[in-house]
Amino acid sequence: MSQQSNTLIASSTQDKWKACIDELASRLMVEGSDADVAPELRSIAQEAAEQGASSCAETANKLLAALDADRESGTAYLLKDGIAMLRASIDAAGAQTSKSSSAPSSFGEDEELVGDFLVEAREHLSTIEGQLLALERSPSDMEAIHAVFRAFHTIKGLAGFLDFQVIREVAHEVETILDLARNEKLVIESTVIDVVLESGDFLQTELSSVEQSLQSGNPLAIGNHHPLVAKIRSLAAPPATEAAPPPPKKAAKPKATKKQASVETVSQPSEERPEETVVAEPIAAEPIAMPEPSAPVAAKVAAVEPPPAAAPAAASAPRSAPPAKEQGRGADTNSVRVETAKLDHLMDVVGEIVVAQSLIRHNPVLALAADSRLLGDLSQLARVTAEVQRATMSMRMIPVGQLFQRVERVIRDLSRKAGKLVVLETSGVDTEIDKTVAEELADPLLHMVRNSVDHGIEMQADRIAAGKSAEARIRLSAHHQSGQILIEISDDGRGLDSAKIRRKAEERQLISPNAQLTDTEIYQLIFEPGFSTAEKITDVSGRGVGMDVVRRNVEKLRGRIETQSTKGLGTTFQLKLPLTLAIIDGLVVEVGINRYIIPLSGVRETFRPRPDSLFTVEGRDEMVLVREELMPVVRLYERLGIEPRTTQPSEGLLVVLESENKRFCLLIDELRGKQEVVIKSLGEVFKDAPGFSGCAVLGDGHVGLILDIDGIYRGRRR
Amino acid sequence: MAVEMMERRGHVAQAGKYLIFELGNEEFGTSVMQVREIMKMQEVTAVPQSPHFVQGVINLRGRIVPVMNLRRKFGMPDQDYTDRTCIVVLRVQTDDGEQSVGIIVDGVVEVLLLSQDDIEDRPDFGRETASSHIRGMAKNKGKVKILLDMDRVLSSEELQSFGMAEA
Repeated sequence: MSQQSNTLIASSTQDKWKACIDELASRLMVEGSDADVAPELRSIAQEAAEQGASSCAETANKLLAALDADRESGTAYLLKDGIAMLRASIDAAGAQTSKSSSAPSSFGEDEELVGDFLVEAREHLSTIEGQLLALERSPSDMEAIHAVFRAFHTIKGLAGFLDFQVIREVAHEVETILDLARNEKLVIESTVIDVVLESGDFLQTELSSVEQSLQSGNPLAIGNHHPLVAKIRSLAAPPATEAAPPPPKKAAKPKATKKQASVETVSQPSEERPEETVVAEPIAAEPIAMPEPSAPVAAKVAAVEPPPAAAPAAASAPRSAPPAKEQGRGADTNSVRVETAKLDHLMDVVGEIVVAQSLIRHNPVLALAADSRLLGDLSQLARVTAEVQRATMSMRMIPVGQLFQRVERVIRDLSRKAGKLVVLETSGVDTEIDKTVAEELADPLLHMVRNSVDHGIEMQADRIAAGKSAEARIRLSAHHQSGQILIEISDDGRGLDSAKIRRKAEERQLISPNAQLTDTEIYQLIFEPGFSTAEKITDVSGRGVGMDVVRRNVEKLRGRIETQSTKGLGTTFQLKLPLTLAIIDGLVVEVGINRYIIPLSGVRETFRPRPDSLFTVEGRDEMVLVREELMPVVRLYERLGIEPRTTQPSEGLLVVLESENKRFCLLIDELRGKQEVVIKSLGEVFKDAPGFSGCAVLGDGHVGLILDIDGIYRGRRR
Repeated sequence: MAVEMMERRGHVAQAGKYLIFELGNEEFGTSVMQVREIMKMQEVTAVPQSPHFVQGVINLRGRIVPVMNLRRKFGMPDQDYTDRTCIVVLRVQTDDGEQSVGIIVDGVVEVLLLSQDDIEDRPDFGRETASSHIRGMAKNKGKVKILLDMDRVLSSEELQSFGMAEA
């Protein structure tokens, strides 16, 4: 298995092999699966073995085996990956000894290749993680095993080509394990998944250090992979010998029940399931079945350990969405990778087209025109422009499922660590969300889930005592709602204790003891800086940093968090986020000669107040009474220090805004209408400008500033 | 003393082409390498509560560019815009990389090729005041141009002095 080749392959031999492979590749391309390339392959394999280049020999042999097994697919595989693999392994064999003395300190002209490698390898690692988690749910899923195998295989090939030996070796070892599983010589159980996941993490770290080295030009810091490699090998060792005879003895006793379970697993994929259910814990206690694809009832079963009382229930639980569907989306053969910077530029330019188009449309000369053809063409232009803008926007969208996948992993690890039984349910994984939003959302989302697992969910014994099922549920769902994306994280844990939160907040002097607060307002306190109700600090959460950071991050995305909780029944956090950071619906308002944009999402209504509905408070502040509701009034011109046209609220307009569950009225001079605007950053210079979240180019080409509602409101409280 | 000399030499203006513009009675120069474009005065959107020398932002073909009022920055009195008033958009090095910044000037005069002989060290008035953004003085046809280090004039710490004003 180990193939630490120490022999230097003469470069002439290497060239000869390469020439042979080139020839082989061209024959394959011309003749297709009719080409008989086995003799050439065999000779390469033999020569390589003689020369001590065991990895080459192994690769060639593997390809041969694939060819033998199935001519058609073997040839296709050979053409697609095999040739590249062979080349890489030959290069590696040649390079191994010549380069091993000089540390790969700089990547020289390979820099670009290394960059591409990083991107590609990371993508594969994410596939791996997703597939592994799917595999854990249904260990018999051959497709998933194949997908993981392919991903590791590609990483290995690429790493070998670029001479990242550590990465290559780890990937190789994992590949060997997966190969066993592929050939049904190894049963995928949670220990295997653990190690493969760990290998993925290791590779991730290695990739990061490669990236660091690439950016800084420092020599590459290579991690110690030997313990991991040993761990991987130990997996293969006992079952490889033991599992060779087809019917494993272990399965003898629980066979009858297990057969049932496996039948269920196999029959399940035929029916469509809108939701995925994941049993995250304790996987080790779960009997894992691995049926042959052809004869599901004659499944091999390996029980890892005697299942505890709860296990039978859990055993029937692993239901999974049809893996084939996910597969189709993951294999993106018809996609093109584009830098985000290019997309942003496109976005800018398209925004300009939209502005230019609207300038033309509203040109006074054209307004007088009566030519119906011209008018028709103009509206056609408007339609197409809008379509172009939409299309450009959609390029930045990714399904939220990618984000949820990371959560799934975290829940798996955490629940295991905390010794709790947690089931994750996800829905709406296909909901699309802006890439930037997804990236920025990852940390807050993970943190909230951590909090749920750590604080929200009780220990198993407590759950049973409270009359709940031992296995806790965390639901993650995403869907669109009135132009926003709504992500819900709910658990069925103990719920928030409003009295306790209140007490804590008073202790920390976040609120005064006689403050009148609703439950919702009290829940909102957990997002205050320095607040934590956890009695003991765990390494997961409880240091009182976190929830305030969560809120800050979400607000940075122009989103908001709402909390609902029922004591004893669970907590639901609702994240409301804009679909995209790039475009908002805005209300264009005027104050004096200035125009500002208010995000429509925060606007409830606008009205002109009657003079008798306005009241002053201690001569300084003002309130307005609308339909029995008393709301504070904020004069925008005062807040911004600009000249208004009128200082009389009854001559201007009040815009009712909602900020953090609080309503207030903003006094403006006039409304200029509603507009969809492309948001742009105000840039470094104004990064601390209070009260503004950005700016946008208005229909006439001028710049309008976008008001940050919370910022404006906070300014008032100060 | 030596250190000071060294430090100074680092900022001495190099020979080359300079865009000469005027503000009040004085003429200033900035390296043409930094000039992105020159545009006629247009409406600038004010950003409330920014420092007084920040005029606001403009839309430069879809990009948002901050605009500084150089008169205010140098403590000169405001003046009505004329048809010679321009916005010169410059590439400026900040801590976070390159950035476009516009400056409002009374008018653009010419592009001048200056040799090292035309350029003198920056003046020392015997006090450590705000002359660190001057790279040197150029003599040309009996007139003096002040060569500016725009990176310093528009340096980020200068520009970031915000705070929500008390209402």
